[in-house]
Amino acid sequence: MYVAVKGGERAIQNAHAWLAEERRGPTDIAELGITQIREQLSLAVNRVMAEGSLYDPDLAALAIKQARGDLIEAIFLIRAYRTTLPRFGASEPVDTGIMACDRRISATFKDLPGGQVLGPTFDYTHRLLDFKLAADGEAPNAPSREPETGNVPHVTEFLNREGLIEEVPHDDTPPPDLTREPLEMPADRALRLQALTRADEGFTLGLAYSTQRGYGRNHAFVGELRIGSVPVEMDIPELGFSVEIGEVILTECETVNQFTGSKTEPPQFTRGYGLVFGQTERKAISMALVDRALRWEELGEDNVGAPAQDAEFVLYHADNIQATGFLEHIKLPHYVDFQSELELVRKLRHEAGAQQVQEAAE
Amino acid sequence: MTEYNFAYLDEQTKRMIRRAILKGLAIPGYQVPFASREMPMPYGWGTGGVQVSAAVLTPDDTFKVIDQGADDTTNAVSIRTFFQRTAGVVTTTATRDATVIQTRHRIPEEPLHEGQILVYQVPIPEPLRFLEPRESETRKMHSLEEYGLMHVKLYEDISRHGHIATSYAYPVKVEGRYVMDPSPIPKFDNPKLGDMAAIQLFGAGREQRIYALPPYTQVVSLDFEDHPFEASKANHCCGMCGATDSYLDELIIDDAGGRMFVCSDTDYCEARQAMGHKGKDAA
Repeated sequence: MYVAVKGGERAIQNAHAWLAEERRGPTDIAELGITQIREQLSLAVNRVMAEGSLYDPDLAALAIKQARGDLIEAIFLIRAYRTTLPRFGASEPVDTGIMACDRRISATFKDLPGGQVLGPTFDYTHRLLDFKLAADGEAPNAPSREPETGNVPHVTEFLNREGLIEEVPHDDTPPPDLTREPLEMPADRALRLQALTRADEGFTLGLAYSTQRGYGRNHAFVGELRIGSVPVEMDIPELGFSVEIGEVILTECETVNQFTGSKTEPPQFTRGYGLVFGQTERKAISMALVDRALRWEELGEDNVGAPAQDAEFVLYHADNIQATGFLEHIKLPHYVDFQSELELVRKLRHEAGAQQVQEAAE
Repeated sequence: MTEYNFAYLDEQTKRMIRRAILKGLAIPGYQVPFASREMPMPYGWGTGGVQVSAAVLTPDDTFKVIDQGADDTTNAVSIRTFFQRTAGVVTTTATRDATVIQTRHRIPEEPLHEGQILVYQVPIPEPLRFLEPRESETRKMHSLEEYGLMHVKLYEDISRHGHIATSYAYPVKVEGRYVMDPSPIPKFDNPKLGDMAAIQLFGAGREQRIYALPPYTQVVSLDFEDHPFEASKANHCCGMCGATDSYLDELIIDDAGGRMFVCSDTDYCEARQAMGHKGKDAA
């Protein structure tokens, strides 16, 4: 006999209790601390800050712990928290020209003022599992030297002096705010970059890769990639001048792209740009490639119908919080819709069957 | 952070949402873009409805949440708990006692009355989306009232299947102007949309759209003269309360695939049983 289902409330509570227990795992193993995650899983923390659009390593580490290491879930926690925070104002634009660089490389020039700085990179490591790490290892110690001081000029500026790369006109228009205004098409470059910097790393990587394989190809060189900290300044109306309120670590990537000219633009190099919170190199390079691909219209290039050229396609599908929510909502009950589909399919089958019987009789 | 604002959202955000709602009510069926916020539940799980409810709820309201017509489905429970916690409002399962009803995929069987607000959770607000994936195009089609594509689609259904092969989220025309997606309610519910005494608000969080039907709005399900719209349901009566006029869920009750039919609207079914109505499967 059928008894109407009740007790959804208790089932949910129990499921959450189980989840909490699973998150902690066996209690004879030491619990993971927030500071451990922040300092030893810092690239995961960086990704959560970048795609969560909130620069706070402690909160990102907490989110990773709470999400059991599921980074998209952690990003979701950060986004949901972020949206409740009051807005005091906006900072001055950060100046990456005064970045204290941990890493700075150019693929287009062998040497450049300020030099190439590899920094803490996985590049050139041999990807061999280090079994020493599985045992209690000693704390490694790297040699150090005095940091370079002073401004670090952007590589693209050198090309600019010769007029070989497109000029980007200075623009003081406040950029639109994706988190306060609905995304509407057509989106200008500032809005596109804003969407890309918080876009899913995997999606952005896939799109960027597709441009390299010919779907909207525009061959990119990494003109410069730099990672380091920049001061954040904010204008305080009561004081009448801006004060430094803190520092953020950023990854900036400028690509230099081949361009043979179009009906409207002369032959020159063109630019793609990526700027992302934290040490997030793969994401910043991907962002720069996708940014460049999306600029086909303003540069007078042909739209070859490549996915990475399609701003609506890219921007409406790049947000992993939107994507994962909608994808996973199909787990929710759909009895009602399914029932109406059942009725329809039965009806259509019944009629098709009747027709066959009649045709056979004829 | 321990305290959230009444109904979770801050007052600025609620004001922004209320503006969108008012615009929606002024232009029935028109999709108003709004700056949807990240909510503490996933997109696609009712964030649009939750934001609309948060914007219209007052401390004196009585709140009801249904999913698939039922008060006790998991997501309905979750959303109800959310507002109990963040707004402290009284909740109910009785349709007539509620002042705000948030729903997913159903309109309650009992006719709503003036003063009530029905808030729909909407996954894809654009009725033309599966005919034209581009938002920039569909907005143009709405502004030019260019709905030929939709009629062609319905016509093709008829020529291929003999019927319009849309059984839920069946498109409607509002006051002779905008073609609107009524959210994925079964087409059985479509006739209730028009001339309703309550305010109907539709919230799509991920897609950042709000639209609305003020009370007593004309809403017509799209059809053809020779193929008139037909609200359909399973040709059975409720096994528990015997109702013949309610939308039914089909349940599989044994390993042999035995089936029974029950009202999808749990409040309607329970109220009828309390009045002494009995279906053939009732104990």
